[in-house]
Amino acid sequence: MASAFIYADGLRRDERLERLKLFGLSSPAILLVLVILVIPVGWLFFVSFIGADGQFSMENYERMITRKSYFRIFITTFKISLFATALCILIGYPLAYFMSQLPNRIANLCMITVLLPFWTSLLVRTYAWLVLLQKRGLVNDWAISLGLWDEPIKMVHNMTGTLIGMVHIMLPFLILPVYSAMKQIDRDLLKAASNLGASPRRAFWTVFFPLSTPGLFAGALMVFVLCLGFFVTPAVLGGGKVIMVSMKIVSNIELFVNWGAASALGVVLLTLTVFVLWIASRFLNLENIAGGGH
Amino acid sequence: MFGWLRKPASETQVTHGQRLWLYVFAAITMLLLVTPTLIVIPMSFSESQYLEFPPKNWSTRWYEHYFSSPEWMLATVTSLKAAFLTMLVATPIGVVAAYGLHASKVKFIRIAFVLLITPMMVPVVLVAIGAFYAYVKLGILYTLTGLVLAHTILALPLVLIVTGSALKSYDMNQELAARSLGAPRWKAFLTITLPQIRFAVVTSALLSFLTSFDEVVIAMFISGGDNPTLTRNMFNALRDQIDPTIASISTIMIVVTSIMMVLAQVFGRSKADK
Repeated sequence: MASAFIYADGLRRDERLERLKLFGLSSPAILLVLVILVIPVGWLFFVSFIGADGQFSMENYERMITRKSYFRIFITTFKISLFATALCILIGYPLAYFMSQLPNRIANLCMITVLLPFWTSLLVRTYAWLVLLQKRGLVNDWAISLGLWDEPIKMVHNMTGTLIGMVHIMLPFLILPVYSAMKQIDRDLLKAASNLGASPRRAFWTVFFPLSTPGLFAGALMVFVLCLGFFVTPAVLGGGKVIMVSMKIVSNIELFVNWGAASALGVVLLTLTVFVLWIASRFLNLENIAGGGH
Repeated sequence: MFGWLRKPASETQVTHGQRLWLYVFAAITMLLLVTPTLIVIPMSFSESQYLEFPPKNWSTRWYEHYFSSPEWMLATVTSLKAAFLTMLVATPIGVVAAYGLHASKVKFIRIAFVLLITPMMVPVVLVAIGAFYAYVKLGILYTLTGLVLAHTILALPLVLIVTGSALKSYDMNQELAARSLGAPRWKAFLTITLPQIRFAVVTSALLSFLTSFDEVVIAMFISGGDNPTLTRNMFNALRDQIDPTIASISTIMIVVTSIMMVLAQVFGRSKADK
């Protein structure tokens, strides 16, 4: 017993060293993220405060407030993200509920319909919608032959097409966490509720729904944040008429080679994203969300 | 015949008839989720140079066009190389980092974890223009190395999450037992821990491959010249034309991802059986 006390200090020091060594295992990954992501983004932050004349200035940020077109881009981005998230909830929640009620074997089969698009390239799916929704595309052809409308409707290169494409791409991000939250709900609670005289509707809204909200919040947050920074789908399906922040950043660099303006937009977009995540982290555990999709 | 409609469907005694709307809704939604992806496949075999469905005449001319085009071939090879190398770089770095963060209980692991997850949270456009700037300075713009490094940081969060969650359910005392019997730590990890988390590692590898293979925005900025990726060329082509060549490339991409998905399912399944 006595010797244990004598060696305790040395052992403790050894252990601390060992832990630091173990921590050091993560250094290649950390170094890579620092060099490729953190330092360049830090530089962008710096550049956003440099004006056209090369001096320190706030003009890149002033422009965002004074120019209506910039302001409108932020409004559009928020509006689209909100709409897309709302639609994902309205469509995804019932589907997740449906699947959570099925026996496992069948539910796994239905899950393929969610996972297949989830794994398919985003570009391929965007392309598919472009093909389906164009003026002489399938949707118009079928709708006309069914008599739903007479003239081909413009559904792509505008807001409608953008939203359809985005909702389709985001749905799995909502369905997966909602479904896994629903699977964890103890069914006996619902039995108890109906045993005590609750109607099916009441049992759903007072017992099942509240218990599924962690998954719902996690999924909705994921969808919203991803939508805020979305580029590919709105760029292809929006046809230049729907301009989101990411697209403005790209055009600022590709067309105008204006790093200051692009960086400032990027900084604001990043700040908004972090702000949304920060608000959310006050209500839920973000680490669970990170693992929610798997 | 319709008796089942009046049978209770769940614990709350709601009948199938009462939730018929849910079944119809779910069926339509599942159909809408899958068809847009799959409809590209028959279209790619169309004879016509317009996209029609169902195609009036079948042909493989768009595949021939794709396989005989040096540009598309170059892009395909670049994409496959980048994806494969990203897998080879991101998986070991990520698995080792996940293990390090899991085993070491120092105070700042939370900060390190958040830092390693950030590539998932930062809007990808920002990552892209940041990397573009850094690569101009480092002189690795339009190189395979640059592309692989950028895709690696995108894949790292996934590797960390998948492997990290496997480690959480793994009993580290087993490694302790091995070490108390004289195995050095690295040997204990390789022979005791790694075999038990191998499904998570394989899943991480496949996810890394797909992350790189599907990535568009970063590739738009930092791939090009001798190393354009498939997605970059497709995106540029989509802006001005939608000819069936892209349908055939899409079909090939669907096949590649499906193979990956089946592999992941096979490995994931065996984990569930254990």
